[in-house]
Amino acid sequence: MTAFKSLARAMFKGFYRDKATLFFTFVFPLMFLIVFGLLFRDAGSEKTTIAVVGDGPVLGAIEESGILDLERYGTVEDAVAKVRLGDLPAMVAEDDDRVTVRYAQSDQTQSGVVRGIVSGIVGQVNQAATGQPPRFTIDERNVEDSSLKPIQYITPGIMSWGVAVTAVFGAALTLVSWRKKQVLRRIRLAPVGASTVLSSRVVVTIGVAIVQAVIFLGVGSLPVFGLRLTGTWWLAIPVFLLGILAFFAIGMLVGAFCKTEEAATGAANIVVLPMAFLSGTFFPIDQAPPWMQTVSKVLPLRHMNDGITDFLVRGRSADALVVPCLVLAAFVLVVGAIAAKVFQWEDD
Amino acid sequence: MTDTEHSAAIVVEDVRKAYGNLKAVDGVSLTVAEGEFFGILGPNGAGKTTTLEIIEGLREPDSGSVRLLGQSPWPRNVALLPRIGVQLQASAFFEKLTAREQLETFASLYGVSARRAHEMLDLVGLADKADTREGKLSGGQRQRLSIACALVHDPDVLFLDEPTAALDPQARRNLWDVLRAIQERGKTILYTTHYLDEAEILCDRVAIMDNGRLLAMDAPATLVRGLDAPTRVILERGSLSVVDAGALPGADDVTEDELSLTIATRNPADLLSALAERRALAGLQVRTATLEDVFLGLTGREYRA
Repeated sequence: MTAFKSLARAMFKGFYRDKATLFFTFVFPLMFLIVFGLLFRDAGSEKTTIAVVGDGPVLGAIEESGILDLERYGTVEDAVAKVRLGDLPAMVAEDDDRVTVRYAQSDQTQSGVVRGIVSGIVGQVNQAATGQPPRFTIDERNVEDSSLKPIQYITPGIMSWGVAVTAVFGAALTLVSWRKKQVLRRIRLAPVGASTVLSSRVVVTIGVAIVQAVIFLGVGSLPVFGLRLTGTWWLAIPVFLLGILAFFAIGMLVGAFCKTEEAATGAANIVVLPMAFLSGTFFPIDQAPPWMQTVSKVLPLRHMNDGITDFLVRGRSADALVVPCLVLAAFVLVVGAIAAKVFQWEDD
Repeated sequence: MTDTEHSAAIVVEDVRKAYGNLKAVDGVSLTVAEGEFFGILGPNGAGKTTTLEIIEGLREPDSGSVRLLGQSPWPRNVALLPRIGVQLQASAFFEKLTAREQLETFASLYGVSARRAHEMLDLVGLADKADTREGKLSGGQRQRLSIACALVHDPDVLFLDEPTAALDPQARRNLWDVLRAIQERGKTILYTTHYLDEAEILCDRVAIMDNGRLLAMDAPATLVRGLDAPTRVILERGSLSVVDAGALPGADDVTEDELSLTIATRNPADLLSALAERRALAGLQVRTATLEDVFLGLTGREYRA
C-alpha cells in the first residue's frame, strides 16, 4: 500500500473510532437541523389574533379572509381592556355602519398589520356596496417557488456549517495532536513528503464531508421536513468542494499557530462560531441589519451557504457559480499559502 | 573513504549546539562502529537527546560535522532515511489504531510489506497484542511497539532515546532481551539512558555525558577497571570489631555505620578466605566499582538520574 493510502486509512480509522468526533460530526449538526426544521416547519402560517365585538359585513369579510384569528367579546369595554393589557394587538367592533378599531401603540408591527387589513376590507366592502365593478384590480403572487419552505434554506445552511466545522477541527486537531505526540516528527523521519501527509488529510476531510452531506440532505428530505432539491443541485458540488478546501486551509492555519489541542479547539471555535451566526446558518441573513450583511460578505461560510442554497433549492443557473467559487478559491489560495508559510513540523 | 570511516556507522566530530546561553552540546566527538551497541549515559539535561537528534538529522548543529553511514544527515537526507530507525522519547503513535495497524502504517511509509509488520510484533513479543489498540497497551508494551515501529523497515542503524525510562523492572528486563535480539541481527544501536547499571550490562561501549560534554568513552568494564577502585566487602555490624577487621590480610580501610561494617580491599581473595576461616560471613556482600563510581570519579558528585 502506498504511503498516501495508508496515511488516509490511518486517519479515517482514527476518525470513525472516536465516538466524540462522530457525535460532533454527524449528530450535533443533525440536532440543529431537526430542531430548526421542526421549529420553522409551520413558520408563516401563524396568524395574528384580534378581539372583535358585534357583527356585520366587515367582520364577516375579515373572518372569511382567514387572515386574522378572531376572539369574540360581549362589550367594547372588555375588548379594549384586553388590548390595553397587551394580550391582543387590536380590537375591532362593528355596530351598524360604524367600524371601531382600537390598537396598542406598544405593538406597532402587529397593530399596523391589523389596521391595514381592516381598512383594506372596509374599502372592499364599501366598494361592493356601490354595486359598481372595481376599476383597479390587484394581481399578487409570491416570487419564490411555492415549495421554498424554511427547511429549504435551513438544510443547506446547517450542512455548510457542519461541513465547515468538521474541516476546520479535523485539520487543526490532527496537526496539533500529531505535532505534540511527535507523529509528525516520526513521519518526517520516513521518506515521505509533506504533500503526501497533507493530501491524505484533505481526502479524508472530503470523504467525511460527503457522508455528512448525504446524511443531512437525507434527513431533510424525510416527509416530516419535506426538503426538495431542484434540478440544478449538482451545480452545488464545486461550491461544496471549494468550501471544504477553504475551511481545511483555515484549520491548517489554526493548527500551525496552536500548541495544544485545547488551544486549537478554542481558536477554531472563535473562527467558526461567529461565522455561523453571521452567515445565515441559524437564521436567514436577509433579516439581519445591513452592517451585518456587509460583514457577512467577507466570510467564506456566507458564500458557501449562498452558493449551495442557490443550486440546491433556488434552482439558479451556472452563472451563479462565479462569485462563490471565486471567493472560496481566493480563500483556499491565500489562507493556504499563509498556513504553509507558518507550518511547523515540531514545537521549538 | 578511509578504512576507519568504512567500518564506522557514525562519526561525530566536535559538534556544538547552544540554545541561548545554554550549551546543550558542547564539543562532542564520537565514533560508533557498525554492529556496535553504543550507549550515551548521563543525568537528565546532560544533552543526550540533543546529541541524538543532531545525529539523526532532526536538528542542525551550530558547528561540527556528522557522518551517518558515510553521509550527512542534515538537511533532511531522504536517501538516508530508509537506512535509519528512530524510536522517539515520547511514544509517537496514530490515534486509535491497533498495534498491528500502527506497524502496517509505518511500514507503508517506507514501502515495506505488511508481512514485515507481523515479524516485528513477534520480535518484540507483542504477537498476542496485535489487535489491541495502542492506548490500551502497558507502558512497557508501548515502548516495545515503538521499537518495533522503528525497526519495521529493517534499518542498519537504530536510535533509541531512553527506551527503558519509566518502566518497571520486569518490563525493563523484557526490553533488554529485545535489544540483545536486535543486536544479534547485526544492527548498529545508539541509545541513551540514565540507568548506568543497564548500560553496563547492554553496551559494548558507553560515553558518559554531563553538561553537554563527553567525560569518558570506552567499554564499561574498561572504564570501571581504569578507576582502580577498591572492592568493598560488607558485613553485618558486630561480626568483627573494627580493629580485628583492620588486621585481616588484604584489608586496606575499615568503616562502620549503624548497620554494617565495610572493608575496602584490593586483594579480595585473601580477605574473603580469611573471613571464611573465622566464620565471619554474616550478611556478606561484595561490591566492585560500577559506572556510578566512574561518574563520581569524573564529576566529583554522586550520580543522580
